[in-house]
This record gives sequence, C-alpha cells and structure tokens, in this order.
Amino acid sequence: MTAYLIRRAATAIVVLFGVSIFIFFMLHVIYPTPAIDVLGPHANKLSVAQWNSQHGFDEPWIEQYLRYLNQLLHGNLGYSYKLNQSVAALFQERWLRSAYLSGITLLLSVVIAIPLGIYQAVRRNTVGDAVVTTGAFVTYAMPDFFLYLIAIQLFAIAIPIFSYEGPQTTSMISIILNWRAMTLPIVCLTLLELAGYSRYMRSAAIDTLAQDYIKAARAKGLPERLVLWRHLVRNAFLPMITLIGLSIPALLAGNLVCEAVFNFPGLGLLFYDALGTADYPILLAYTLVGAVLVVVGNFVADIALTVADPRIRLV
Amino acid sequence: MTNIAPELPPPGLEHEPEGGAVGPVQGSWRLAAREFAQNKLAVLGLAALVFFVVFCYLGPLVYHGGLTSDLTATNVPPSAGYPLGTDNQGFDVLEELMVGGRAALEIGFLSALIGMVIGAVWGAVAGLAGGLLDGFLMRIVDVLLSIPFLFVILIVAVRYGATVLGLSVIIGIFTWQVPARLVRGEVLTLRVRDFVSAARAAGSGRIRLINRHLLPNSLGVIIVTATFSVADAILAVATLGFLGFGLHYPNFDWGDMLNNGITYLQDGYWWQVYPVGICIIVVVMACNLLGDALRDALDVRLRRR
Repeated sequence: MTAYLIRRAATAIVVLFGVSIFIFFMLHVIYPTPAIDVLGPHANKLSVAQWNSQHGFDEPWIEQYLRYLNQLLHGNLGYSYKLNQSVAALFQERWLRSAYLSGITLLLSVVIAIPLGIYQAVRRNTVGDAVVTTGAFVTYAMPDFFLYLIAIQLFAIAIPIFSYEGPQTTSMISIILNWRAMTLPIVCLTLLELAGYSRYMRSAAIDTLAQDYIKAARAKGLPERLVLWRHLVRNAFLPMITLIGLSIPALLAGNLVCEAVFNFPGLGLLFYDALGTADYPILLAYTLVGAVLVVVGNFVADIALTVADPRIRLV
Repeated sequence: MTNIAPELPPPGLEHEPEGGAVGPVQGSWRLAAREFAQNKLAVLGLAALVFFVVFCYLGPLVYHGGLTSDLTATNVPPSAGYPLGTDNQGFDVLEELMVGGRAALEIGFLSALIGMVIGAVWGAVAGLAGGLLDGFLMRIVDVLLSIPFLFVILIVAVRYGATVLGLSVIIGIFTWQVPARLVRGEVLTLRVRDFVSAARAAGSGRIRLINRHLLPNSLGVIIVTATFSVADAILAVATLGFLGFGLHYPNFDWGDMLNNGITYLQDGYWWQVYPVGICIIVVVMACNLLGDALRDALDVRLRRR
C-alpha cells in the first residue's frame, strides 16, 4: 500500500509540473510581458524593450519558466497590474467565500444523493424512480445559468422571497446568516451537482444490489434496513469518492457562472471581472489554482478510496 | 454475459417469432442498430437532433421572419407576424433561434470530431507503444484533464476572439483526453488478442494494425464518448455566449440570445429567454439520450440482459 501511495504521489507531482508548464506557456503566448499595462498603451517600443530587459522578460523562456516556478513555490501567483494588487492578496480576500459556497453545496449534494440513489435503486422502475431520473436527466442537460434564471424569475421576482443579489459584506458570519441571499445560489448549485451524483449513485447501487453478498445477507434473514445500511451504502458509496474528486472542475466552473449571475463576490466573480478587463495574470493564476485543486482533489480521493476499500490495499 | 460473434445468431432470438427461427448471419453493427431501434428514448433523441438540424439549416429557407433589425418593432410579444416575438433590436426570435442554433450544432459536432480523431490516434499509439512513450503520452492526458477547460476557453475567447472554427478547435483540444484513455484501454486488451497477433504475423505494420484492426474495434467506445462530448461542447458554447464572450455579431448563438434576453427578464419579456433555453436543453438531452442508448447498444455486456 505504501508503494502504491508513493507511486500515486509521484504521478501527482509530475502532473503538477505539467500543469505549471502548460499555464506558463499560455501566459507566455497570450501575455508575454506586462510592459504595456505598466507603461500605458502608448508606450514606445524602446521603453517597452527597456522595461522588458530590466524585469527579465526578454530572457529565454526556460529561464523565465524557472523564475515563474520559483515564484509559484514561494506562493507568489503573479501581479495584477490592472488592479495594482498581487493576485495572491486578491485570492486571499475572497477564497473563503467561494470555498463556503462550494463546500456547502458539495456536502448537501452528497448527503442527498446517497439516500436518493439508494431509493431509486431499490425501487427501480417505479414511478418514484422515473420521476427522479427524469428530473435528474433534465437538470443534467440544463445549462446552469438557465436554472439560475428560472429560480430568479420564480423565487425572487414573481414571488419575492429570496434575493438575487449575493451578500456584499466581507464578514463570513453575516454571509452564512444571510439566508435570503444565499438560498438560491446554494439550492441551484446543489440541484446541478445532485443531478450528476444521483445518476452515478443509482447505477452504483444497482450494481451492488446484484452482488452475491447482498443476496447472502438477505438469505440469512438480515432486516432490509440493515442490508441497505451495512452492505449496500458502504459499497455503493465507493465509486462516489472518486466521482467527488473528479467533479472539482465542474464545481469551479459552476462557481464561476453562479457567482457571475448572483453577483457573489468570490473567486469566480473575480475571474469573470478579470475576463472583462483582460487581466491575464488573474485569469491564468485562477486556472492554475483550479488545476492544482483538481490534482490534489483526485489524489485525496484516491487515498480516501484506499482507506475505505481494503481491496485496493492488496495491490 | 454472452459472447456474441458475428456468425452466431443473437441470443434471445428464439423468443421472438418475428426474428425467424434461425437468424441470418448478422453483423454486430446491425445487431447494435436493432438494439438501438428498440430503445424508444433513443429514437426520440435521434428524432430531436434531426429535427434541430432541419430546423436550423432548412428552417430559414421556409420561414422568413427577416433577419434584419426592425427598430420600429422591438420587444414585440409573440403575435401573428412574429410567432415568437422580437428582441430588443427588432430581430425575429424564431429566425434567430434557427440561425443561432447552427453555431451550437456546428461547434458541437466539429469539436467532437476533432476530439475523437486526436483521442483515437493518441490512445491507439499509446496503447500499442507501451512503456515509456505510453507513460509520457498518458501524463500529458492527465495534465490536460486537470485543467478546468471552461476557464481556458474563456481566456482564449477573450484574447483571440470567438469564431466557430476557433471555438471548435479549442473545445476539441480539451475533449480528446477521455476518448484517448478509453481507446488506450481498448487497445491494451485488443493487442494481445489472436486476430491482432495473426495480423502481425502476416506482416502488418503498426499503422496498418491501428487503422485496420485496433481503431475499428474500439469504434464503439469512440462513438459513445463523441455523443456525450457534443452535448458538453454545446453547453460550453452556450455558457460562453451567456457570459458575454461568445461569437461576435453577425455570428451569434443561443448563449448570446440568452445573454441578451436576461436583461429584459424583469420586464416580463419571457419569449426572449425561455424558447432558446428550451432549445438548448432539448438538444443536450437528445445527445445524452443518444449516448446512453448507443452505449447500451454497442456494449456487448449490457446487451439483452
């Protein structure tokens, strides 16, 4: 098992290097130097060249890459000359809000998906199953922003219970307590994630239900409740661990659209605003952070799976 | 699990009198087609896709709402002259739906095609080569898979502007990883099979091996993922348009229409939002249904269980 974990960690590190190279090249091609942003759009070529050589932007790419990597390892994500702030500081100001939004929706969707998927698997091909499957299928095919629009139209404009403007305060506690503003984004994001999770949970549970050990448990007279909780849930949940790790990119993209629609001041909204001003250091830094989260998330999911599933430890 | 060789009649045929007592020799593709045709949802999905292709490409030949701005008729609700009303610049929404759908369908299919071609070749090469080259190629797949692709598409669209071809290429570049992995997996199991060894013994080179034996046999996997990636691409393009970084006028797509329409949602101009949203949902759902059905039809293990 230790050998497996070491191999897995080594792969993750190699992939992280690859990610840094990819992001560096995107930055290098799209935004080779911030000189224009520093010196202004009408700066002459001479002063641009001078600025570039002063700040090392005329060096060979390999040296620039090593410097970039060195800065990354020291926690320096770059500098936004348009906002005149370091990207790390901008992220630090906002990441907790995005983490809250993602975290609570992830938690809610997993907690709901498990019983829902089990229910669908046990009551397979009944009306209840068909209703949930159809609902999940439609939500799965729905562009996320369209769901937000419907929710806003219904529950914020037609029946004004909730607000469609995210909380604009910096205090986490008042964000959490502001249910009028937080309900719609959280419920919508949860529904979207749930659509994917419940489909997987259903098929995982159906596969598990066909296993011999479930038959054995039923044959020996175990109450159905115990069969479900002790044998079904614990085994059917295993693929979900991997799925949660794999769903991080969708989570980040979901946050981007959700925060843009609800004007929720998190990292996604920062990215969206940076798109408007073509602020590439922020855009690429967020892409990098996203990619790192994906790699780390998959790694953690694999470790969690090793802990949860003893069969993997045999490898 | 039943092993279905092309020469054998399909299992379960004897229960069906209309299939004949002893079935004629049927290819596995025909078998899959029959399986597919029995799936009502799949036929529905296919019909919806065909409908939208006809609607988007032939529709404007039949229906002339006038794709010109008529500033004397802005935000007109659905009425006799305008079946789906007009938008804030006096464009006819129904005709916009037809023309806007083209971009979505074109990007969807083109990017899936690009993704599948790269993915199939990449996976086949990696699976056949093995060893160090395989490891290297697959790590590249891992790297690209971990990068959130919507972000990259948005950045590229902001920097270089969004065009149908450009978006197709960039979405294609981020869709080939999953098919590459699947094809590699297929190739790994196929390459030790007897018919591949026989082809090798007969003197087939690597390229011939890939073209004639490995890829045709992994075609099922490729087609199934292609269907799903069409759906993903259409959603991604719609998101791009919705966020305001989509195609530039005079090209536009459904996402742009939604972006335009939501400005007036509070005024109650529902016809600018809901028809186009429903179009996106139906097309994406059709692709997903098709993908599910193709997977069921082409996966021998799931057949007639």
